[in-house]
Amino acid sequence: MPDILAGLGLAPGIVHWMVLTAALFAVGLYGILTRRSAVGVLMAVELLLNSAALSFVVFNHFRMPALVDGQVMAVFVIAVAAAEVVVGMAVFVALYRVSHTVDLNRLDRLKNDEVKP
Amino acid sequence: MSGAVAALPFILRNAWLVAAIPFVSFVFVGLVLRPKVPRIAGVVATLSIFAAAGVAGGVAWEYYHLFPPGALHPAIVPFAFEWLRFMPGLTVTMGVLLDPISVLLLLVVTSVSALVHLYSIGYMHGDPGFGRFFTFLNLFTFSMLGLVIAPNILQIYVFWELVGVSSFLLIGYYYEKPSAVAASKKAFIVTRFADLGFLIGVLILGYNGYTAFGDVGPTVAREVTGRIATDLQPFDFLYLTHPDLLGRLAAPALAVGGVSLLTIAMILVFMGAAGKSAMFPLHIWLPDAMEGPTPVSALIHAATMVVAGVYLVARLFPAFAFSGDALTVVMCVGAFTSLFAAVIGCTQDDIKRVLAFSTLSQLGYMMFALGVAAMDRPAGYTASMFHLFTHAFFKALLFLGAGAVIHAVHTNSIWEMGALRRKMPITHLTFLVATLAIAGVWPLSGFFSKDEILAAALRGGHPVVFGLGLLVAALTAFYMFRIYIVVFLGRARHEHAEHAHEAPFVMWAPLALLALLSAVAGFVPFGSFVGIGAEAGHEGIDLAVAIPASTAGVLGIGLAFLLYSGDGARATAGANALGGAYRVVKRKFYVDELYLFVTHRIIFRHISRPIAWFDRHAVDGMVNLSGWTTRRTGSLLGALHGGRVQAYGVWLVGGTLFLLLVLWSAAF
Repeated sequence: MPDILAGLGLAPGIVHWMVLTAALFAVGLYGILTRRSAVGVLMAVELLLNSAALSFVVFNHFRMPALVDGQVMAVFVIAVAAAEVVVGMAVFVALYRVSHTVDLNRLDRLKNDEVKP
Repeated sequence: MSGAVAALPFILRNAWLVAAIPFVSFVFVGLVLRPKVPRIAGVVATLSIFAAAGVAGGVAWEYYHLFPPGALHPAIVPFAFEWLRFMPGLTVTMGVLLDPISVLLLLVVTSVSALVHLYSIGYMHGDPGFGRFFTFLNLFTFSMLGLVIAPNILQIYVFWELVGVSSFLLIGYYYEKPSAVAASKKAFIVTRFADLGFLIGVLILGYNGYTAFGDVGPTVAREVTGRIATDLQPFDFLYLTHPDLLGRLAAPALAVGGVSLLTIAMILVFMGAAGKSAMFPLHIWLPDAMEGPTPVSALIHAATMVVAGVYLVARLFPAFAFSGDALTVVMCVGAFTSLFAAVIGCTQDDIKRVLAFSTLSQLGYMMFALGVAAMDRPAGYTASMFHLFTHAFFKALLFLGAGAVIHAVHTNSIWEMGALRRKMPITHLTFLVATLAIAGVWPLSGFFSKDEILAAALRGGHPVVFGLGLLVAALTAFYMFRIYIVVFLGRARHEHAEHAHEAPFVMWAPLALLALLSAVAGFVPFGSFVGIGAEAGHEGIDLAVAIPASTAGVLGIGLAFLLYSGDGARATAGANALGGAYRVVKRKFYVDELYLFVTHRIIFRHISRPIAWFDRHAVDGMVNLSGWTTRRTGSLLGALHGGRVQAYGVWLVGGTLFLLLVLWSAAF
């Protein structure tokens, strides 16, 4: 599809792609900070990983098209993301068994319990 | 230096045994026997003191063998070891100093203490604290012996405080009784307060003695060479009482406000001595010290503790005499206490309290006897030590006799006794001997020593003191016969007195021995044994003194019989006639009340309370403020630690952005 757009004289430059990855990253970050469900947060983390993978591909394409290093990195990121989801979901299932919730606002057992002097 | 000392007889070189034996026994009885087999604690403790008395006898024998009676009696230090080395040339030793008064005190302390120990086996029989009692009794004797043999002023101070603490332990022996606890605290605080003066005096003497040591030391060291086991040290009595040093201390250059430094130091030292010897106005602890068991009272009043003050003044006598003014203070305080206590003694109802005031009065006698002496007129010095010697025996006897009576009738009040003459014949007889001795009746020991003191006062040019002494002698005879008549003669005033029985052998045997000593101690030719300076003490009886003194005694005895024989109605009538004056005397001139007023109303309210407030609010406040600040900061920061992962994430992102912003703005 880039080729078609390039043919139309609308070929997106590196800046456009950067804006896209930044937007993707921002959406992911927002999701991480605001989703109440742990599963939602995991999905938002996927967005972050994908925005990083996309930047690898974009830089590979625009800076050193002869090589494939960036694309290899993107494949790695996808593999890591898959592994991370497996571990993350397993943790959440275990967590749910203990505390019957995956609501992050209620999973606050590390908090400072005021010790009365 | 030690060649001559090494040639001394074995027993003199090992005179430290006299204090070491009670110490070893104290540790053994306290740590082993008391928890395991308290029943034999008394026997072991008593045997150790008898052993110490044997050593003391040997020491006295060899000392007077070496320096025969009538000749000069120099002080020797046959044993000493280095205890503290502050720096080269400033070392404190511990050791043994032997001179006539320390040898005398060794004999008196060990013999009286041994008899008191023996008596206590019977008196304390069945008491739950039997082992503890003998532990403390041994400690007390050890402390006193260490004090007596001290060759330097620091050792005497160390043992001085040990005597204080062991008397505290023994007066508070019945620690379940609030009055005993109060009495022990009172004794400790009053003597400790007095010791503050002693300590300052020691510091003044020690500091100035040390600074002058470079100049005066070698001369003194040459004089004492061959008599001392170690090198002469700045704190040694041999150095501190040397005229060369005293001359320097009394120099006008060192005077403060027109009073020579020597006088100031000696008056401060006398303050400590007055505290221990219970001189007015520091006498208030002694009558309350009766709360301890009676053998303890006997020990405190006869052999240990109270004679320590007199002994200290005698030990530093050359310094007091050189100062002159300090010796006048000793005389005045002694004479006043002697009269003051005798007057109070006439009104007390508790048999032990009467004896306590009589001790005060007799100690005043010893003090003023020292006060009227001088280096070239040492009769008073000899007389004072003579009276200390005889008083130890008859006062111990009086207390032990009173203990036997209290043991039999279970009360201290003389008005619940009476007619004990037939129930307790041995106690009665020994008590009578002691009473006659303290009243100064010929030929018992008190007559001779009182005679010496009065003669010394008269010849020393102090007729007022002599007159006061006569008055006190009459009062002494009066109050002693007052209790004798009320307790032993007449009829039984209470059912307890009717069921009284004689004390067991272990109790009356010491009484009999002490009675024998009280009777014959006066015939010791004391002047040829104990003296200071060149002239031997006054010998023989001076009729110009003996007749008025005996007359005063007889008058006192007669007055006592007149008032108290029969039903005592004349005494009651007399007390009523005196009215207010009698009540003032009976309440001991309100000195205790005055002390309470001064301490509670003035010192506590106006000094201690503000200091306590400052301590609680300012000093503690600073500490609390730092604690409060830390805790408050912690709880504020703790609020950030909410346990919510996403909140941490917000802080992380926000912080990163903030840092980026900072770096970005710094870059441009």
